[in-house]
Amino acid sequence: MAFVPPARHLLRAKDLADARYFEPLGVEDLARAAKLSRAHFSREFRRAFGEPPHSYLLTRRLERAAALLRTTDRSVADICFSVGLQSVGSFTTSFTRTYGVSPTAYRAKFPPAARYARIPACVLRVYGRPQNSTFREDRAPKPG
Amino acid sequence: MIKISTAQLWVHDQDEALAFYTQKLGMQVRSDVTLAEMGNFRWLTVSPADQPDVTIVLMAIPGPPVMDPDTAEQVRALMAKGFAGTVFLTTDDCQGAYEELKGRGLEFNEPPEERPYGIDCGFRDPSGNNLRLTQVREMSAV
Repeated sequence: MAFVPPARHLLRAKDLADARYFEPLGVEDLARAAKLSRAHFSREFRRAFGEPPHSYLLTRRLERAAALLRTTDRSVADICFSVGLQSVGSFTTSFTRTYGVSPTAYRAKFPPAARYARIPACVLRVYGRPQNSTFREDRAPKPG
Repeated sequence: MIKISTAQLWVHDQDEALAFYTQKLGMQVRSDVTLAEMGNFRWLTVSPADQPDVTIVLMAIPGPPVMDPDTAEQVRALMAKGFAGTVFLTTDDCQGAYEELKGRGLEFNEPPEERPYGIDCGFRDPSGNNLRLTQVREMSAV
């Protein structure tokens, strides 16, 4: 058996976030999936994927919420809980910070998904996930 | 007329990939040839039982002089991070295939879900490559 690159274990953690975001999942659970201590895991995940695991998990949940806002008529609170977030207040805050509009305003902006071309859902998930405001912040050029 | 015959996928271990694609996924080996005169290069292709004319070549990451060690390491890292490739598969029974593959120990990162275009699920091969299995809905004329 060939040597398995360490990133393969980090990918398992990322897959867990993608597969079970709707559960009350936290960074601890992701670290366990990668078989690493929490602090070491967060550092390595960030090094491999460019953002910390909590940020990946949050943006996955926001992406899923945005999809549900576009494609269903379920209430904002219902959508918040069904993507694994527990507070409607902080959901609305993170959503608005990320998408620039409130969940309700976001929904009003988009037509039903049935009008879209037949693009595989995995592609939509990857390209639809928003960028957290701290993505690669350490590498961004200093303003001024 | 141009047709697709073979598309290439990097794998980090050909034997492990072969076991996965045949024993777990149920594909068949279409060619498995090792060329001693070319540094034991191994041309290994698989495809679904009913589709002998379209194959995936499971390609080991070569060393020098084909690929320098740094590049090989980058490919290995991309694969492990899940960014090296995706194979899109179709089936006429996504739920049934999901149960069967799960029973053989496949780990799914997306269980079957309804989509506007049908129902599909997602999983990975041992190297980290994405595989997606879709049951395409008959599209009514709009």
